[in-house]
Amino acid sequence: MNLLRCLLLMLAFMLALAPRQARADDPFAGMGGSFDETKHAIEALALSGDKQAQPAIAALQDGKLFIAADKSLWIKTDAGTLNARTGEAGAAPGGLKPVKKNNAVREAANSALGSLTLFSADRATRAKAAEAVFKSRDPSALPALGRALDKEGDAGVRAIMEQARAAARLAAGETPDADKIAAIATLRARGDLEASSLLAGVTAGSPEVLKAAADAGAAIARVQQLWTLAQGVFYGLSLGSVLLLAAAGLAITFGVMGVINMAHGEMVMLGAYTTFVVQQAVQTYAPGIAGAGLFIAIPMAFLVSGAVGVAIERLLIRFLYGRPLETLLATWGLSLVLQQAVRSLFGASNRDVTTPAWMSGATMWGGLTITYNRLYIIIFAAVVLAALMAALRFTALGLQMRAVTQNRRMAAAMGIRTPWIDALTFGLGSGVAGMAGVALSQIDNVSPNLGQGYIIDSFMVVVFGGVGNLWGTLVSALTLGIANKFLEPLAGAVLAKILVLVLLILFIQRKPRGLFPLKGRAVEA
Amino acid sequence: MSRVSLNLCLLAVLGGAGLLAIGNVAMPEGSAYHVPTYAVSLAGKYLCYAMLAVAVDLVWGFAGILSLGHAAFFALGGYAMGMYLMRQIGTRGVYGNAILPDFMVFLNYKELPWYWHGFDNPAFAIVMVLLVPGVLALVFGWLAFRSRVSGVYLSIITQALTYALLLAFFRNDMGLGGNNGLTDFKDMFGFALQADATRSGLLVATAIFLAVQLLVARYVVTSRFGKVLIAVRDTESRTRFLGYRPEAYKLFVFVLSAVMAGIGGALYVPQIGIINPGEFSPANSIESVIWVAVGGRGTLVGAVIGAVLVNFGKTIFTGALPELWLFALGAMFILVTLLLPGGILGLLSRQGRAPKITPAAEPAE
Repeated sequence: MNLLRCLLLMLAFMLALAPRQARADDPFAGMGGSFDETKHAIEALALSGDKQAQPAIAALQDGKLFIAADKSLWIKTDAGTLNARTGEAGAAPGGLKPVKKNNAVREAANSALGSLTLFSADRATRAKAAEAVFKSRDPSALPALGRALDKEGDAGVRAIMEQARAAARLAAGETPDADKIAAIATLRARGDLEASSLLAGVTAGSPEVLKAAADAGAAIARVQQLWTLAQGVFYGLSLGSVLLLAAAGLAITFGVMGVINMAHGEMVMLGAYTTFVVQQAVQTYAPGIAGAGLFIAIPMAFLVSGAVGVAIERLLIRFLYGRPLETLLATWGLSLVLQQAVRSLFGASNRDVTTPAWMSGATMWGGLTITYNRLYIIIFAAVVLAALMAALRFTALGLQMRAVTQNRRMAAAMGIRTPWIDALTFGLGSGVAGMAGVALSQIDNVSPNLGQGYIIDSFMVVVFGGVGNLWGTLVSALTLGIANKFLEPLAGAVLAKILVLVLLILFIQRKPRGLFPLKGRAVEA
Repeated sequence: MSRVSLNLCLLAVLGGAGLLAIGNVAMPEGSAYHVPTYAVSLAGKYLCYAMLAVAVDLVWGFAGILSLGHAAFFALGGYAMGMYLMRQIGTRGVYGNAILPDFMVFLNYKELPWYWHGFDNPAFAIVMVLLVPGVLALVFGWLAFRSRVSGVYLSIITQALTYALLLAFFRNDMGLGGNNGLTDFKDMFGFALQADATRSGLLVATAIFLAVQLLVARYVVTSRFGKVLIAVRDTESRTRFLGYRPEAYKLFVFVLSAVMAGIGGALYVPQIGIINPGEFSPANSIESVIWVAVGGRGTLVGAVIGAVLVNFGKTIFTGALPELWLFALGAMFILVTLLLPGGILGLLSRQGRAPKITPAAEPAE
């Protein structure tokens, strides 16, 4: 009895309090009353900047906002009830009834939720909300946007909000011309496809507005074209760097030594399989450094392929110097043996080399999409080429290699052990091919046939660039890569490759001697 | 290459093919002398490969042109024949379209592409079998030899040529069946391709063509022309200084060889029953070079022996120990080039090595 009386007293007290809470500046006022009152309350809440506005309106939308007999508002959650005004958990009084909704209320709640996130404390959420308004071009969001812009301190978010306001103003019919032209200028500065489609949508209005819109649309189209061009160059560079990696080792064995190594692709393939083995070992024995596995794989691949290269030179190629066609056939046979050996060891199916987290993903740079793995491969190719050039230029081995290439007998007379230099040069070229395999394992299938796909391209790169010239190889790889990527949209991927091959064949016939100066050991017998 | 061994080879090819055909057609099933049809087709396939090998030997063994794209000419001849065979299917295809082959109906072609016209006529198809590989070889060879591309560079660009064709024929837009190629043939010149008699007839025809090819090749290489050709092979610049035009000699023999390869391909397709872009793969061309190397380069007869032996070995190996075939093939490439430069014929003639093929390195020009 006592308890009941106590409760009744509390209820009376709350009822007495309620009117006082319904002050004119209370944004919650009217919520749960008539549909009209609720709608007004939602709109007031949305503009209030109140911390509890968002959860309350979201709860209303979900049918989880309840009004008690004492007009206090409660949000039902799985854990219990929360006071809608304070956000604190508490026991709700009796007589809870859901706040009623009709379509007008729902609509108001929807647009309120859209603009409410404009006031979120989180920068990313605000930016996202502004972007959402930009996409919806909803003029009803204009007042909220104006308030949000007044409060906004972050320049990046401000810019998006300005663009959103411009989009909404353009979409609204009754905006003054001056505002419309300002809005067009803002969109022109944004300069992406969305902006250009918005501008294309401006079909009504004064001649000045129409002209401004058309000008801005054309300007954006020009900029977009440039970005597309730049993207093409990036893809071309990316393909070119892959070609460069595959061909760099060949530039040594074929370009400098004049050995036709048809098993070059298999050296690349061995590098890729080394990456796979290293990755497995790292996962088994040191899972903590899985992301760094590639850095272990690079020297390992160099050593494995390089050692195989030295063995090939000692056991096979040295018997065939001066007989290029026989070298070609024997190394082709060797490539078949290596492929089948790897197939017997690892199986014919593709091996899964995972891309480390720091290499996956992409970034936007202006209008460019730059995928990290492509970017790192470009960098890696540049580093490999630079290291190779430095090795040839500055190390004792490089000096001896160049000496043997230029004049074998003189070099021998000076005390250079030319057979060993031959073996090491071949090993160097093969090792570089192995490092290329590490990179290719990130973008291609690691299968026994991996190398075959690159052998013809690699020879074309070296021959096109001029035998015995690493700079030529660089220029040629990048030229072929970019040419390929620019022909692709015109002709399709396969036809582009065919066209490049045909152009190359014609080019070689046009300049057969100019590109293959026989400076080194006679390539032709 | 001796006249005797070539005559022996002709006898063996013609006699062997004739015996197989008689064994297949005339002997009743169950007889000890009956030859199963698959053996006839297999023998026919080997002889087609032998035609390709002789073509390769003609350019490599006698003109020093190591073509790594000769299978492209073989495949082009095959496609020309395949197009004729496709048109012969008529309404017997799955879709029953009298004009369009099945794959075109499947790909929603409305009408026959222009380059398919005429292939319903056998005479036109035969002309194309000769013309398509021949013209390609003429254009390619003219460009290459005129600008004195030789040695490994020529090898690499011939390989690029067949690779480009491989990619091109894989495209569905090419209108030649994409990666499925042309297949499901019904009859040829009015004979049902599934009939034993047709199979045997094709084998005998292939043997005759191979014999004619060998005779033509021998006539070419033993003529005055052939002597110059061998001079070009051994020292091209000296031959040029003597007043000959090596590029003309090379071009002629290159085109002749391409046409021969095309005929081989045209005979291959009806016996195998399919032609697809895989025939263009660079590996096929290089394999045909090893047939020649195994048999003995620059001997013509060796090419036939090599092609038949290696492919017989391939049939046995891929049936019994498929894993080991590539090891065996690879080892063959390595061992023949290292230890057996004269091939099997070189070994048989007890010279230990072939007639001197690789000249001493020329002084740099």
